[in-house]
Amino acid sequence: MKRRDFFKHTLPYVTLPALINGFSFRAFAGSPFMQSLSSSVLTDHVLVLIQLNGGNDGLNTLIPLDQYSNLAAARSNILIPDTQVLPLTGTLVTGLHPSMTGMQQLFNDGKMNIIQSVGYPSPNYSHFRATDIWLTGSDSNQVLSSGWTGRYLNYEYPNFPAGYPNATMPDPLAIQIGSTVSLALQGPGASMGMAISDPTSFYNLINGIQDPAPNTPAGKELTYIRTVAQQSTAYASVISTAAANITQQFSGYPIAGTNSLADQLKIVARLIAGGLKTKVYMVNLSGFDNHSAQVDSADHTQGTHADLLTKLSTAVKAFMDDLNFLTIEDRVVGLTFSEFGRRIKSNASDGTDHGAAAPMFVFGKAVESGILGMNPTIPSLATVNDNIPMQYDFRSVYASILQDWLCVPTADLNSVMLQNFQVLPIIQSSACLGIGVHELNQAAGENLINNYPNPFIESTYINFKSTGGHTTVQIFDNEGSLIKTPVDGEYPAGEYKVWFENENFPSGTYYARLQNGSVQQVHNMLIVK
Amino acid sequence: MERRDFLTLEKKTAPPGQDFSQLYRTQSGITPYTGSWTVNEVRHLLKRTMFGSTKSDIDYFLSLNTNDAIDTLLEIINHPIFSPPSLPVNNYDSIVTDPNCPLGSPWPGTPDTNIVNVNTYPQRRKSMKAWWVSQMLNQPRSIREKMVLFYSNHFVIEFDVLNVSTYIYKYNELIRSSALGNFKTLTRAISVNSAMLKYLNGDKNTNVAPNENFGRELQELFTIGKDASGMPYYSEDDVQAAARVLTGWRNDLVGGVSSANGFNSYFEPTRHDTTDKLFSSYYSNTTIIGQSGANGALELDDLMNMIFLKDEVSLFLCRKLYRFFVYYDIDAATEANVIVPLAQIMKANNYEIVPVLSALFKSEHFFDVLNQGCIIKNPIDFSVGLAREFNVVFPDASNLVGQYAAWDKIRSIAGNTLMDVGDPPNVAGWQAYYQEPSYHEMWINSDSLPKRNQFTDKMGNNGYTSYGATIIIDVVAFTESLTNPSDPVALIDEALSILYSIDVSANVKNYLLNILLSGQATNSYWTSAWTDYTSDPTNTSYLAIVNSRLQSFYRYMMDLSEYQLS
Repeated sequence: MKRRDFFKHTLPYVTLPALINGFSFRAFAGSPFMQSLSSSVLTDHVLVLIQLNGGNDGLNTLIPLDQYSNLAAARSNILIPDTQVLPLTGTLVTGLHPSMTGMQQLFNDGKMNIIQSVGYPSPNYSHFRATDIWLTGSDSNQVLSSGWTGRYLNYEYPNFPAGYPNATMPDPLAIQIGSTVSLALQGPGASMGMAISDPTSFYNLINGIQDPAPNTPAGKELTYIRTVAQQSTAYASVISTAAANITQQFSGYPIAGTNSLADQLKIVARLIAGGLKTKVYMVNLSGFDNHSAQVDSADHTQGTHADLLTKLSTAVKAFMDDLNFLTIEDRVVGLTFSEFGRRIKSNASDGTDHGAAAPMFVFGKAVESGILGMNPTIPSLATVNDNIPMQYDFRSVYASILQDWLCVPTADLNSVMLQNFQVLPIIQSSACLGIGVHELNQAAGENLINNYPNPFIESTYINFKSTGGHTTVQIFDNEGSLIKTPVDGEYPAGEYKVWFENENFPSGTYYARLQNGSVQQVHNMLIVK
Repeated sequence: MERRDFLTLEKKTAPPGQDFSQLYRTQSGITPYTGSWTVNEVRHLLKRTMFGSTKSDIDYFLSLNTNDAIDTLLEIINHPIFSPPSLPVNNYDSIVTDPNCPLGSPWPGTPDTNIVNVNTYPQRRKSMKAWWVSQMLNQPRSIREKMVLFYSNHFVIEFDVLNVSTYIYKYNELIRSSALGNFKTLTRAISVNSAMLKYLNGDKNTNVAPNENFGRELQELFTIGKDASGMPYYSEDDVQAAARVLTGWRNDLVGGVSSANGFNSYFEPTRHDTTDKLFSSYYSNTTIIGQSGANGALELDDLMNMIFLKDEVSLFLCRKLYRFFVYYDIDAATEANVIVPLAQIMKANNYEIVPVLSALFKSEHFFDVLNQGCIIKNPIDFSVGLAREFNVVFPDASNLVGQYAAWDKIRSIAGNTLMDVGDPPNVAGWQAYYQEPSYHEMWINSDSLPKRNQFTDKMGNNGYTSYGATIIIDVVAFTESLTNPSDPVALIDEALSILYSIDVSANVKNYLLNILLSGQATNSYWTSAWTDYTSDPTNTSYLAIVNSRLQSFYRYMMDLSEYQLS
């Protein structure tokens, strides 16, 4: 290299590090101009998955009153008194744990569907394996490396992660509140989700836990890297912007820090209302593995399990009230799941051991309210080996949600669920009318417009694809002013190339925007001198 | 760290708010280190002198004492006499058919071809870089490959612009074979190396048309340097005089084909300036007497002798070594207690490198806790180090094309994050080693850091596949190599001790534990999952359970900023 070149190249290298290896979409994705171009459809449906880690005891959650004497015989040391079971409108034989007043009200208001005895053939009793089965949607003897939600997101956004974020989908496809990204969100090739814990603090947003940096050289470098990490999370700005858009939420949430599930759901409500187009949120509540002291021996309506159900019920109710407050109730459906239920017969430690099928709760304004299925039959002399047989396959629930809430065409369900599962009447049949962004999502991330060379000094070729029909290419400057329209007319489907001349425009970033029918894409170009 | 240092450190710790302007540095110098020899010290030494600290290397060096460990890394003991590795070969036949070298044969020493549709140089250059990366991946327990990288950033050439593949190979071979040799001898050899002659126009430097390019960089970038204010010590007249000394050296290459001299440079007396060369007062007004005929070549030795008399040379190189191996910030204490004594050792040993490295790596200063974990891994250290620490398996020679492609993937990851080996951005080398005040921090920006994270995510997920071969972190195999993987707490501690250079709190460890336990509260759930797997390793369900959790676990560890530090 020539000596002069060395000096010429040194300074820009220092000041514009992001430009060295081409453009980073990160800065682009966050620009207000980009957001103004995005084809915002905020009527989109959102799914919230609540994972109850540890295996929830279904029989003490949803109590089969018509089986009560056999139930009393099987689990007298943890039995909920029938007089305290919360009644549900429309049934005399099924009720809720006394702690679940919030969910009782949701049910009675017609906003909850309860599915009895959900499981799968040949249940597995290992936490890890059973969890993986629920997250991947596999058979009991089948190992899948992708999650069911990940496969759905891959179906809906086939180009992800290449070309993301983009104008059609500027936001994370899925967000896991709390820890690392769940296996449920693992797509066939890439993880489709991101994990955050606090949308207002970026340190916590990218890293669940962070040690303070020591005042040493290592601490200095660590702090520097963390700062860059904050700035460069692809979705950092959209998430904090969405969070900042919402300054007031429903006042009835439990006090922060007292109910971790409520805290997580409050963040979810905030991000949905704040404008994120994220399709799936995952939250969780841990501690359901109650092998001992599941109840207070003196008062069976109190104890570890009661506390957990209180948290679940209170959190879901507050979340639904908040969705109503934020006027986004029509857009959200949630469900609860746990890796397994527990044994019919309690153990001697006032607890229950790993079991099989258990109820699922699906909530939202759009659900068909009611109870699907019959109460499980409790044998008169239950032994330690007796389990609740499944009435519904959990993958039927997933398939129903996919078809009737996320609006996946019936013909495509197999590509996500990998088998044909019977669809259940969980969601009101009208939910998918009028929702039509699937085509846009399919194209999102596809590279429809680019230019070469880039950066350029005097001129560049703009290459674009048209699927036919009216096609426009406009050039904007970084303030959003239209400076040129090189293409505007009817084009047969195909790939095209136009010459773009720098007519003495100032150095800087420019945006080339393609519009072709409902599809549009923005590409950034850099003019250098 | 000495106890008194620790007390001082406590006192000087800044309040929250992270103002690093009063950063605590150390007063320690090159007094030999006599402290403990644990995983912590071994890992620090290995991460700095090799590419990553593998479990087996850590175990090996733990079995030695400090002195023998460093003597081993410097090839003073436990190594055979160095001999060059086998040559890079044609791996590119499916892209360009090379008329001078068939698939699988070594290309160094054979001519390049550049005719319509057959341009072999870009393919050979790529082959060369991939092969170089393989030397790092398969390095012996030696500092040599790190020194090759150091010298490639010191005596810079750019493969990109050279267009003679044998030149870049021979250049690389020269710095590898000289990596633990004599700096002065190497400087002389580099001055007439074909690649360097072409890169800095030495081959165009003649008595009728002197070219000052090399004569300047020799002094400014390779030996003397500039003073603290950025001013040269030498004068413009010195640049011109040095250029005239160097006139007459040529590359024997016409139309891409060499003749009698092979691919070596040679001295052409008729192009040499035979007049006397007068240097400035900086060089004590030295005169290098002009020589004619073949003796003209000997003026180079006079030039080396004159330059290497100056104290600046050893100071300059020691600072560069320090910034490469220890930390970029050289404060007054470091200059006085480390740089100056090392430079004296270098001069006293007539520019032999090993005594200098030995003194540096055996010093209290090097092992000072304040100098641990403070280097931001450069991109090649990051990508090669990851592959080595996780024992990533590369294709063997039976899939030659896939093997080179896998090596090239590691190269391209580093290349896409600002460090393409063989192609520093300019003759001064990578900015991270000289650009004040940021230095190493320049490796990390909003483009490169996400790319590093994408790389670790992909290696810890489904890996990279090309030509039928996949490189991937086998998280289960790595975990099996640990001492007690069925205990999740022990697993976490040991994995951290290999992969991280900085301690983390119980909070972070709990978080990691939470990943292994999938949110459950009982450690034994991991133990039984692991025991299920080890008792029946062919059970795909057992394997999947541990594999998916370990993948999340290691990906998370590699995502934290701590993983960027060495």
